[in-house]
Amino acid sequence: MTPSPDGKPRVALFVTCLVDLFRPSIGFAALKLLEDAGCEVFVPSQTCCGQPAYNSGDRALAKALARQAIDAFSAYDYVVAPSGSCAAMLAKHYPGLFADNPNLAGRANQFAGKVHELASFLTDVLGIEAVAARFDRRVTFHDSCSGLRELGVAAQPRKLLASVDGLELVEMEECETCCGFGGTFAVKFGEISTAIVERKVENIENCGAPVVLAGDLGCLMNMAGKLARNGSPIELRHFAEVLAGMTDAPAICAAAAPQTKR
Amino acid sequence: MTASPTSAQFVLNAHQAFEDEQLQKALHLTREGFVANRAAAAARLPEFEALRDSARDIKAHTLGLLDLYLEAYEKKVIEAGGTVHWARTGEEANSIIIEICKRHGAKTVTKGKSMVAEETGLNDALAAQGISPVETDLGEYLIQLRHEMPSHIIAPAVHLTRDQIEADFRRNHADLPPERDLTEPTALLAEARGVLREKFLAADVGITGANFLVAETGTSIIVTNEGNGDLTQILPPVHIVLTSIEKVVPTLEDVSQILRVLARSATGQDISVYTTFSTGPRRPGDPDGPEEYHVVLLDNGRSSMLGTDFADMLRCIRCGACLNHCPVYQAVGGHAYGWVYPGPMGAVLTPSLIGIDKSAPLPNASTFCGACESVCPVRIPLPKLMRHWRERQTERGLAPQAQRWGLGLWGFFARRPDLYRLATRIAMPLLAWLGRSEGRFSRLPLANGWTATRDFPAPQGDTFQAQWRKRTKTAAAHGDGE
Ligand code: SF4
Repeated sequence: MTPSPDGKPRVALFVTCLVDLFRPSIGFAALKLLEDAGCEVFVPSQTCCGQPAYNSGDRALAKALARQAIDAFSAYDYVVAPSGSCAAMLAKHYPGLFADNPNLAGRANQFAGKVHELASFLTDVLGIEAVAARFDRRVTFHDSCSGLRELGVAAQPRKLLASVDGLELVEMEECETCCGFGGTFAVKFGEISTAIVERKVENIENCGAPVVLAGDLGCLMNMAGKLARNGSPIELRHFAEVLAGMTDAPAICAAAAPQTKR
Repeated sequence: MTASPTSAQFVLNAHQAFEDEQLQKALHLTREGFVANRAAAAARLPEFEALRDSARDIKAHTLGLLDLYLEAYEKKVIEAGGTVHWARTGEEANSIIIEICKRHGAKTVTKGKSMVAEETGLNDALAAQGISPVETDLGEYLIQLRHEMPSHIIAPAVHLTRDQIEADFRRNHADLPPERDLTEPTALLAEARGVLREKFLAADVGITGANFLVAETGTSIIVTNEGNGDLTQILPPVHIVLTSIEKVVPTLEDVSQILRVLARSATGQDISVYTTFSTGPRRPGDPDGPEEYHVVLLDNGRSSMLGTDFADMLRCIRCGACLNHCPVYQAVGGHAYGWVYPGPMGAVLTPSLIGIDKSAPLPNASTFCGACESVCPVRIPLPKLMRHWRERQTERGLAPQAQRWGLGLWGFFARRPDLYRLATRIAMPLLAWLGRSEGRFSRLPLANGWTATRDFPAPQGDTFQAQWRKRTKTAAAHGDGE
């Protein structure tokens, strides 16, 4: 671990635009987990990692946003994101964007080496084995595609969830199969995206867990949106909320209970 | 049968696929088998991942020296008494084959399964000359009866249910007594075998594809499970191999490496039932074999992929694993892709072969879940290649206008962090307020693709960055990195 003046790792939180805009509680849960783990956490000014542009074929915009992120985040020991998809963009795709530019390629590579998905950072880098949290529910876990296949995130969140008091993890069938989100795909190919998420919902319902956890807000919004439309009471949350013991906020797509409204 | 491509209307095709109950039933029945079988086969072989690396390397090496290996291959074919024909386009390939057939006065030709023949539209071209092609692979035979295209590169009729197949046989087989029971799949198979046997014996020319061409020996190799390929190439007096230039590999040793990943990736078999080698025509003393042996080598745009972003695609050994593992393919089936090659490999290859203007939606119709790349035996980075097509579309101004505007607007704010924070600080609490009673929206402007079937969550309120700034201001502890 890179030492810092006061001995704490200096971690920049890449909160991701979806979390920033739609569900800040995930960001605060990540923040708590990192601070509890002994990190000094910073939140540099940020917008979007550029993945929607990159995956839509707009390389120029993706590059502009990548430069912006590299400039804002390079001063820290680590960059951590509560999203496998955004972390994979920063860690696996930024270097390729600048491969033809020797002046920036080195910086992009160096930056990429500092980037970690949240659960993987806590376990693989910091060596954390357990968290102090309680959640008396049966949960199932959806593996988001980029985190799983580009960063190898699968065992890490499960390991931490296993340490949560009262939590029981039941695996669904095809937990590693895509939920059909795919960013703009969900809107551009709405009918196909719906068919894919319907299959995911079937697997979720069959496993019988009343709570679904995952590590990417995009997938969670997609699955929650479908379940809510079906009138299902199943709750969806980011695993960080559970690990941090911060499950007061209504689940995704759920209305605030009247008494807890601000 | 090769109709003109309908890839450009992929979304409409997919919609029709959802309306087709029989298709959905067939897709449901098959989707899990392929995946589970491949996983089991891979798990049984400790060196499977290493073999994938070696398969990739063999193909990549060959493609780097493709001209040399093709010349070497041609030399060996000639030495063995065969002939190699070079075809730039599908039409050229078809005319070469028709010319050979006519020279032999052929009336009937039997055909083994060949995706390249689908690509050139060979059956229609033969029929137009009064030569009747008979597909001998069961799946190909079925879709020939139905005048359809294959919906899968290794299981052409995977989109059909048993009931549909029985109905087709009853409609087409004049000698099939109505009372005969065809409920069992084996009875269907026996019925098809009986009809095909006569055709094998009557054929004047046999046409097969090739899974591999071996430069070292001039051998062409086909891999099948039905043995129909063997009869197709051994019984008639003339054997024509119709295949494409990227099928060549240097040595038999290389083939045996690749064969170890091919069937395992495709069907989960350790090896296919038949692996058939043919080198030239029958030699004096051979018990059987054709009197003439021709190889028609199709380019059709492949050589122009060499040296480009898309060269990796030429490593493809047509195992079908990327289709089997693709959530989009599993949902819509192969016909929605509108041309010969479906699924992720088709989404990359089709634009190269017929033009991106005729297949614009294909490389976009992927969630980039990466399942295809994770199983491809020759490690083709399919999502990356689809992204390259999207980039080409953007460069040429071919991306849909709504997408360009949406991204442009998002990019405008995303590139201006201060403005982004200001705008979102105002917008998100407002949206949260609008959605406060339900916690979600059942309709949103411009997002009908989402909200037609799914709710959209309402934001919680203040953005993370706005809350963070408030917090750090009050705490006045440390800066926020600016
Ligand atoms: S791209 Fe790969 S997985 Fe797909 S058919 Fe070709 S070899 Fe098989």
